Amino acid sequence: MDLRFGDSKPTDEERAAVDALLGPPESSWEGADRSDADLRWARGGRAARDRRDLLLPGLHAINDRIGWISEGALDHLCRRLTVPPAEAYGVATFYAMFSVRPRPATVLHVCTDLACTAAGAQRLCEGVEARLGPGSGVSVERAPCLGLCERAPAALAVRAGDPVRTAVSAPATVEAAVLAASAPDSAPEEPPAVLAVPQAGDPSLSLLRRVGVVDPASLDDYRAHGGYAALRRAFELGPAGVIREVTDSGLLGRGGAAFPTGRKWQATASQPDRPHFLVCNADESEPGTFKDRVIMEGDPYALVEAMTIAGYATGAHRGYLYLRGEYPRAVHRMQCAVDRARTRGLLGDDVLGQGYAFDIEIRRGAGAYICGEETALFNSIEGYRGEPRSKPPFPVEKGLFGKPTAENNVETLVNVLPILTAGAPAYAAVGTARSTGPKLFCVSGSVERPGVYELPFGATLGELLTLAGVRRGLRAVLLGGAAGGFVRPDELDIPLTFEGTREAGTTLGSGVVMAFDDTVPLPRLLLRIAEFFRDESCGQCVPCRVGTVRQEEALRRIAERTGAAAADDIALLREVGRAMRDASICGLGQTAWNAVESAVDRLGAYE
Amino acid sequence: MTAIPLGVPRRLVEFTLDGQEARVPEGSTVLDACRAAGKDVPTLCQGDTLTPKNACRVCVVEVEGSRTLVPACSRRAEPGMEVRTDTERARHSRKVVLELLASSVDLSTTPGAAEWIRDYGAEPDRFGPGAARLDEVPRVDNDLYVRDYDKCILCYKCVDACGEQWQNSFAISVVGRGFDARIAVERDAPLTDSACVYCGNCVEVCPTGALSFKSEFDMRAAGTWDESAQTETTTVCAYCGVGCNLTLHVQDNEIVKVTSPHDNPVTHGNLCIKGRFGYQHVQNRG
Repeated sequence: MDLRFGDSKPTDEERAAVDALLGPPESSWEGADRSDADLRWARGGRAARDRRDLLLPGLHAINDRIGWISEGALDHLCRRLTVPPAEAYGVATFYAMFSVRPRPATVLHVCTDLACTAAGAQRLCEGVEARLGPGSGVSVERAPCLGLCERAPAALAVRAGDPVRTAVSAPATVEAAVLAASAPDSAPEEPPAVLAVPQAGDPSLSLLRRVGVVDPASLDDYRAHGGYAALRRAFELGPAGVIREVTDSGLLGRGGAAFPTGRKWQATASQPDRPHFLVCNADESEPGTFKDRVIMEGDPYALVEAMTIAGYATGAHRGYLYLRGEYPRAVHRMQCAVDRARTRGLLGDDVLGQGYAFDIEIRRGAGAYICGEETALFNSIEGYRGEPRSKPPFPVEKGLFGKPTAENNVETLVNVLPILTAGAPAYAAVGTARSTGPKLFCVSGSVERPGVYELPFGATLGELLTLAGVRRGLRAVLLGGAAGGFVRPDELDIPLTFEGTREAGTTLGSGVVMAFDDTVPLPRLLLRIAEFFRDESCGQCVPCRVGTVRQEEALRRIAERTGAAAADDIALLREVGRAMRDASICGLGQTAWNAVESAVDRLGAYE
Repeated sequence: MTAIPLGVPRRLVEFTLDGQEARVPEGSTVLDACRAAGKDVPTLCQGDTLTPKNACRVCVVEVEGSRTLVPACSRRAEPGMEVRTDTERARHSRKVVLELLASSVDLSTTPGAAEWIRDYGAEPDRFGPGAARLDEVPRVDNDLYVRDYDKCILCYKCVDACGEQWQNSFAISVVGRGFDARIAVERDAPLTDSACVYCGNCVEVCPTGALSFKSEFDMRAAGTWDESAQTETTTVCAYCGVGCNLTLHVQDNEIVKVTSPHDNPVTHGNLCIKGRFGYQHVQNRG
């Protein structure tokens, strides 16, 4: 490959940002000044191209330091990694958090998604935009769900520099959001993660029992509260024993697809191709979801331990934690936990002195819901656009870097700890026969005590909402987030299990429960869902790329209409929705119509 | 009917295609099997010289046991598979996909599109006059070929042909996301400021005419482009010793464009800038 670069040069600061990540360039072939040695040695080739996966971290490095990605900076990064500039430009323009056009160093992301809209995000945006107009040095961007739904409405300020500074304002007022953007260093600190767990202190908690109890920075504290007992047991059982235990526990994936975890691990472990990889999907971008954030912020070592066990069972020596870029505190706490675990021999060449090598690398996402799709996530880590791959082949056979890969959600992995410490039979005794164990629910919207709730599978929707203090005048409940479905207030006896929600014609998804009272304008909410999917479609396949646009147009047309006046467009929505569900490449397009369809059919949204 | 290619014999896979027994060599796609059986499955992004990208989704078929429809172009035939190509479900998806495409881009120079739109009863106008379209003006920034993204269906074929599958220039990429995604060179610059080497292999694989020879573009604009009046002559390129096949498209005794046979084992339809565009000397009559 013969790469051609333009004439643009990076500024010293841009060069420093890239070189701080990659180390100084060694020859003029990768961007250093020309020396005599360069006349005789040509560096590059496969060794350089093998670092392509550093493209996303490189783009982050530039964006963090400067606030946007210039031609010169992108060219310099491409030269260092032997990536064609056209491809790198395609990657940089894929992610919402990057800009290839100049913009102010400070960006204020104001969430306009479902929970925040219900809590008055519109007024917040208008107020903030009135105060931070052009010339304020702040770029105000309306953002999809920031995962702070229990404290809606929310805003996240990011100020580029060395180091990059962030501040969260939630629940946000205009004044607080403006303060966070204009002085991120002096903005009040975020409340501790435990405040997102209304049940904190309840002895029945299993997954959340340490949140608020342990110091998230202290490995000793984690161990004093039962940490690393599960990994010790895993080493006693051996990889096959761990997989047997997980299979017997009946654990189903908690990311939304409910695939049996034991089967996935077994399929990965048995692949002859090497190396194997473990990927933890911590890119929760489903509007209304924030459980992974609470675990990573409140009990980070639990995830480190769980990933180590999963790696051990599946024969992986490297685990990638793909963490969404909008979670600066979770990134920080996980990085801290990984570093300390490594220092103490709990990661690295010889985990716990058992001769097993395992390490975790954290990769930050950059604002793309689609990267929660497992194969899109692989492409993102590898330095390509986060577009989903066509399946088959499945990840257990050809996943990250084309190698057998087990990919699990944060909540799924954390469930492995009680499975190993209590044993599969005790774990399987919790919940129902087909949905075993505890489940986390993210409750937000019109409730008194929004937050992450842990209940054994089988509790009803009504019980959960009572726990969270549902307000009067409940109009609808959204289960499973934007890709899920609405149910009516008279359906609160739906059991919260995978099979129970399926029988009721809806889905549990990743465990989102958003309650909306009758003050929330339903058509506006449905339009927001359609806008979300139009924004987040990767654009690869036609049904999703154009279908999401046509659906949004139709919903816009009928925003104020009902009955016969809306009938034509409802029929159109149905036809397009059916083709999207049948013919889209990945889950995003296949589920984009679910919530709106359920609002039409179950809630009679336009009758 | 059985499709038997030349070459090393391969094992045959037996499966059911629309209720009929079908046997295809191992590794064949469902689309290969459909074509061998004489079934007309529409395709847009599938290319005979490229790995299928299955992005356009007009070739979807029903496979027993699959939750969603599957793209015939990239799904390999497996023993015992039950494939149905012409069900109401598959036809519905094809129809809607054609409507979505035709309502957002200009398919007037896409071979087959008008027939499929008619056959499937697609009505692209039903999304209303306000339906978002690409609406871009053609980019004429060099003398060799024109990029008219108003006709682009984002099939990724040009990206693949320019990248690792053929040319290894990596000058073309998809940029942006969703409906705003576009094919572009680095920084979306004019072609002349990009890494393009003008091999024209992207033009060769473009299924819609979004990429076209400047000669064709100008003649279409002048109303003089007439494919029925053109002859095609395949000859050997005289520039170097490789011996690539050229197909000269001649209208009114003028070469109007040059392509290359895709079944040629040396070039597979690919050429270099000289073979593709360097024909003016032939018709300099001084």
